[in-house]
Amino acid sequence: MSHALGRPHLVIPGFRLSLGLTTGTLAVLVLLPLAAMIAIGLANGVPAFVAALADRRVMAAFRVTIGAALVAAVVSAAFGLLLAWVLTRYRFPGRRIIDAAVDLPFALPTAVAGIALTALYAPNGWVGGLLAPFGIKVAFTPLGIVVALVFVGLPFVVRAVQPVLEDLPAHEEEAAHLLGATPAQTFRRVILPAMAPALVTGFTMAFARGLGEYGSVIFIAGNKPMLSEIVPLLIVIQLDQYNYTGAAAIGTLMLLASFVLLLAINRLQAWAGGR
Amino acid sequence: MPPTTRLTRRAALALPAAAALVRPAAARTRGELMNVSYDPTRELYRRINPAFSETYARAADADIAVRMSHGGSGAQARSVIDGLDADVVTLALAHDIDAIAAAGRIAPNWQSRLPDNASPYTSTIVFLVRTGNPKKIENWDDLTRADVQVITPNPKTSGGARWNFLAAYAWALDTAMGNEVRAKAFMQRLFHNVPVLDTGARGATLTFTRRGLGDVLLAWENEAFLALKEEGAGAFQIVVPPVSILAEPPVAVVDQVVDRRGTRKAAQAYLEFLYSPEGQEICARNYYRPRMKTVADKFQDLFPKLKLFNIDERFGGWARAHATFFADGAIFDQVYQPGG
Repeated sequence: MSHALGRPHLVIPGFRLSLGLTTGTLAVLVLLPLAAMIAIGLANGVPAFVAALADRRVMAAFRVTIGAALVAAVVSAAFGLLLAWVLTRYRFPGRRIIDAAVDLPFALPTAVAGIALTALYAPNGWVGGLLAPFGIKVAFTPLGIVVALVFVGLPFVVRAVQPVLEDLPAHEEEAAHLLGATPAQTFRRVILPAMAPALVTGFTMAFARGLGEYGSVIFIAGNKPMLSEIVPLLIVIQLDQYNYTGAAAIGTLMLLASFVLLLAINRLQAWAGGR
Repeated sequence: MPPTTRLTRRAALALPAAAALVRPAAARTRGELMNVSYDPTRELYRRINPAFSETYARAADADIAVRMSHGGSGAQARSVIDGLDADVVTLALAHDIDAIAAAGRIAPNWQSRLPDNASPYTSTIVFLVRTGNPKKIENWDDLTRADVQVITPNPKTSGGARWNFLAAYAWALDTAMGNEVRAKAFMQRLFHNVPVLDTGARGATLTFTRRGLGDVLLAWENEAFLALKEEGAGAFQIVVPPVSILAEPPVAVVDQVVDRRGTRKAAQAYLEFLYSPEGQEICARNYYRPRMKTVADKFQDLFPKLKLFNIDERFGGWARAHATFFADGAIFDQVYQPGG
């Protein structure tokens, strides 16, 4: 503490002031709304809280949401790594444009993304029309949810991995090559360990984003109860029925589930990093 | 690449997005009314509002501009409950205005303060099919055929979809001589044919017209007419079933707001204008069935005659219908429970 107060070493002055400001901001912007949600969820007592959740339809929505977010994060991690690799290791015309385009899903309203993806993947759309003869349906199935979540999740992986790849010295790869490693061995033993923390970070962010995503998903999901209904939609449905308690209860469980999952991934990351 | 360039680039992408969020404030005239309405009435009130302003300027010597807010009926009601300052609400079903009244913002007797259950115009539920009606869909039982796909929004989130559900259910109940188990089985078969549940009526219309999904769209009559107009009459046609439901979208003055803002007189005049000959004609021209006999006669070729039942007689009003059909664990939920 006394060390932290040592003025000359600090860029931002006033440890107490900055700590007070950050915790105050955090409390007002993050903790207070969350606490209010939990309080509303429990307003009618614990039995009502449990009853709102112990419903097959709610449980099915949790399965769909977590499952789709997980699959989408894995796909995002694989393709995001590939994309980041191509962008950092190769020089080709249009590279800067592609690099900029990676950020577009951040800026695009998710509803626009959802409508565009639905138009593409619907049975009469460009992509959906090509898949239809093979009996593959994307729009209005759980697969459509995954497609939408990959769209919003991919930039997180690319932007997490790219800086690390840029800083990864090429001579390590050269050394591995000179010592007789095959390209696969170089990738697995040299490149992947260096990138693993960044990749897990990107995966985690894509996964977290997928858990909460609403705007793009509702257009493409089909929203059929028990099959392709996501938790955020269920919350909106509860609100539309003026059931604030039910909505808050589902929101609280969603928060809890997300927190546990993200904590588990963080621990995994710490464990992998410390190995 | 230096980090600064990337920041700049990202800022350049974010700027237009931020600019789009900032809307210019509405120009203020001497008086202003806020009408909070549901989705398919956009075109109707776009015509009603200027006509009302003109009439009111002549009659009361005051300039009143009407601002609109549209959205799903339930979500709009919730905004008003949570504090959106609406002078009047014009929603899809009485249940949503009842919810605002229960929150204390509207007097409990609102539905008897204006004629005709406080519904200046009515509508019904019809079928929109592809031209030539290739699947030969004529009546409600055709909707449960194995080769037919039905598009309807989710009754949990869409007011229109609740009317759809009740119309189909009432037909099934009559056909099954009042046997509720068979009526429920009918609804289960019907929803088995529904590939997508959009959250709102407009979304369902677009799924049917633009995405090309489904053989029949269950829609508000006004929404079906509008789809014909927007998409060109060549692609779709309306099929009117022999029996359907009388949909009464209600209107009300929000007492708490008009008393605070002093806009009661204008708000009341605005709703009464909907009942006037001029207002009724605008309703009819926007495909809402007018209440006034003379106007209805004038437009009788537009609106086919069919047997209409009303929700108060069939289901004992919206409060009971909601509890029976759309509350958690009620009939709509049972339709989707495996083995339910």
